[in-house]
Amino acid sequence: MVGILAFHGYQGEALLSWPLTIVGTESGLVVLPLAALVGALLAALFGAICLRTSGIHFIMITLAFAQMLFFLLVSLERYGGEDGLTLWERSVVPGIDLNDPLIFYYFCLAILLLFLWLAQRVVASRFGMVLRGCRQNERRMRALGYATYRYRLAAFTLAGAGAGLAGALIANQTEFVSPSLLHWTRSGEILAMVILGGLGTLYGPVFGAAALLLLEDQLSSYSEHWMIPLGLLLVGVALYARRGLYGLLAGLRAGDG
Amino acid sequence: MGCWLGFGLAMAEARALLEVRNLHKRYGAVVATRDLNLTVRSGEFHALIGPNGAGKTTALAQLAGELRPDSGHIHFNGRDITRVAIQRRVHLGIARSYQITSVFPHFTAEDNVALAIQAAQGHSFRLWRSARRDDRLRQPARELLSRLGLYEQRNEPAAYLAHGEQRQLEVAMALASRPWLLLLDEPTAGLGAGGTRRMAKLLEGVKAEVTVLMVEHDMDAVFALADRISVLVYGECVATGTPDQIRANAQVRRAYLGDQMP
Repeated sequence: MVGILAFHGYQGEALLSWPLTIVGTESGLVVLPLAALVGALLAALFGAICLRTSGIHFIMITLAFAQMLFFLLVSLERYGGEDGLTLWERSVVPGIDLNDPLIFYYFCLAILLLFLWLAQRVVASRFGMVLRGCRQNERRMRALGYATYRYRLAAFTLAGAGAGLAGALIANQTEFVSPSLLHWTRSGEILAMVILGGLGTLYGPVFGAAALLLLEDQLSSYSEHWMIPLGLLLVGVALYARRGLYGLLAGLRAGDG
Repeated sequence: MGCWLGFGLAMAEARALLEVRNLHKRYGAVVATRDLNLTVRSGEFHALIGPNGAGKTTALAQLAGELRPDSGHIHFNGRDITRVAIQRRVHLGIARSYQITSVFPHFTAEDNVALAIQAAQGHSFRLWRSARRDDRLRQPARELLSRLGLYEQRNEPAAYLAHGEQRQLEVAMALASRPWLLLLDEPTAGLGAGGTRRMAKLLEGVKAEVTVLMVEHDMDAVFALADRISVLVYGECVATGTPDQIRANAQVRRAYLGDQMP
């Protein structure tokens, strides 16, 4: 989910989830938009710094920010510190009983579909064309007159909003928040979903997330070392199917997703 | 007689669109641009020639704003733009093309040009309406493509275009912002004899509407197109003049060892 709006694939990863927002407020329709807003603001803040770098430096600096937040949350004893915090109940949305697991599932699915629809509009818009141009050839974008940093920061911020929303949903699902949501291994897991599903594609990460969870489920029933075949699979995808599962499903067109 | 003299003076004083003064750029021990002085007049087609390694592309990159000179000044339209970033210079009216084709490989030819037009129009923070169905981008993009002989190929991804077509696309994208000054870096690079003739013909058509500074190796194209020619040797401008003057210039002939000068 996270890498979707961030057309650079990995850039939203560090902004995984913002259980913080739930800790402070009472449940309601307020929580989800607020989570998205906080996600966006933090993304804008970190992005303003991170996006001055690129490539491996960018990955390292986003990772550093994520770890910084992780340790900040660990040190906040009042909000549970390392142990995390149990939520007493799920958010209340009028007319929808989110405590029913199936209804909660459909609620999340609806949000996912809405998000994908919005993202698809954005991808096809003028703004989306600029981002896709940046991904293909940023130098030429500048030579054409685009202040590319501005657009990348806007995309990063949108990705942050999406990540914030996802974070609020995950906290609702588990009814528990802990700093482990912010740990870098979590970012790695999401990155694996994106790579498996297809870097730089809109729908790929959805397939990637489903595939990763299914694989995890299946493989772990054979052996506790299930991460070994999974790792090999990821290496294979990274080497031979750069557009991941989505690339395989949609055919290997020279898309720019 | 006096009339002709007056006309000559008017020509000499034709408004300078681009003025380069004492531009200097070095990489370690290598001086890539040495005290470069150059004037491009409004409306002219100016060619920049010189042996390999003379620093032509480096000079062009500084004029476009991709490289920052160590010292010296660049004036455009009377304004000092030495420290203006490349994306700002586009909006002042400078556009460039690249020697090594630099397009968006996964976009179609039309997308490539439309993206260039969009840059000049601004309004790139529109998140809702489809850019591919926006006639204010698509219409001018198609017009430009047909002018540069790419209309039939408009829906081909740029990566699948033939080399010559990619070179034409380069020029189309540079023209999309309707610049005052077009900086062309070897538009005929990698083209065969036929492709070069074709490109020269297309540039002939461009000549009337925009001031051009062109780096080029193909001397037939240079002497056919240029109103004036400047010769760069070791980063320094050793001569500027009309094609006839340059052809007759002894220093230039030495620099080229008398070979390819027609």
